[in-house]
Amino acid sequence: MKKNHIVMIAVVLLALAFAAGGYFYKSQQIETQAALAKQNHELLIKPYSPRAGNPDARVTIVEFMDPACETCRAFYPLVKELIVEHKGRVNHVIRYAPLHEGSDYVLKILEASRKQGTYWSVLELMFVAQPYWTSHHKAQPEVLWKYLEHYKFDVVRLKQDMNDPVIAKNIAQDLADSRQLGVSKTPSYFVNGKPLIKFGYEELRALIDAEIANAYNISGEQQ
Amino acid sequence: MSEQTDNDSTDWALIFSCWLIATASTLGSLFFSEIMELTPCILCWYQRIFMFPLAIILIIGLYPVDKNVVRYAIPVATIGLLFTVYHCLLFFGVIPESLQPCSQGVSCKDANMVLFGFLPIPLLSLASFSSIVILLLIARTRMFK
Repeated sequence: MKKNHIVMIAVVLLALAFAAGGYFYKSQQIETQAALAKQNHELLIKPYSPRAGNPDARVTIVEFMDPACETCRAFYPLVKELIVEHKGRVNHVIRYAPLHEGSDYVLKILEASRKQGTYWSVLELMFVAQPYWTSHHKAQPEVLWKYLEHYKFDVVRLKQDMNDPVIAKNIAQDLADSRQLGVSKTPSYFVNGKPLIKFGYEELRALIDAEIANAYNISGEQQ
Repeated sequence: MSEQTDNDSTDWALIFSCWLIATASTLGSLFFSEIMELTPCILCWYQRIFMFPLAIILIIGLYPVDKNVVRYAIPVATIGLLFTVYHCLLFFGVIPESLQPCSQGVSCKDANMVLFGFLPIPLLSLASFSSIVILLLIARTRMFK
């Protein structure tokens, strides 16, 4: 055999091994993730979890997110739109996976805002202002406080309420649950308990559509 | 003449083996980061910096066979080997953790670095770099007597 051919064959074999290994690993991952989500189904939603949209909707999107995460910021308006579009059939539960440095502190502020009924506006402000108060994946709360002050949120009360030990406990619980469910990145979505395996807007849309068809056709209601 | 061809064959085989190890290691490390989504720690990045170019320059040295490639590859592989040795010493606790340069981000001692429960990635890197360096040194003594 000519030496040049040996090199060529080696290149092809290595590339094939890489592709086959990748395919095998990924398909195993999908199974593991689905199994984890199924096995830990009861961990997906906690009674304290914030929920947007119609509480009686039959389709629930559970999102594990982090206010300091850029992709969470990009997806938030998209998910909000999807919920409006599906008129009462879909709702949205927020869980936390504080994977960025300093984001558990930011989550305490966010949770404290619930006591004033300003949760969703604080969350939206956090996302809008995110490029200013996060830098290199690290939260800078002092900048965030300035924004909250500027937009007339009751900062004094937020600073008191955020020290409530229940808040810290719930955030820790969310992080623990996210680990049990195999969440390693934010945002991670589960639609009626099914994990979004391949990340992307179209994929999320398709998963939601499938679950709506499932939940509303079986009952015989008009789609 | 025949002895000359045999010699050429051995030289070719040495460069080819080094290239094969370097390419397999490159693809392996890409598999860990891109498929298994393990984040490389800082020391892993330095080792990658010295492993990836070996896969490229060594194959250039095979088309056509250019013995000089051995001279260019040895310093690159040796520096990579030094990083690997340091990483292994750190990983197995010979060097205390307080000395490590990578307290931010992924720890260089992360338990995630153990494959199948027994095979640490730094040890794989050590095997690759040391065999490449040894083969290159053999090639050099043969080619540049």
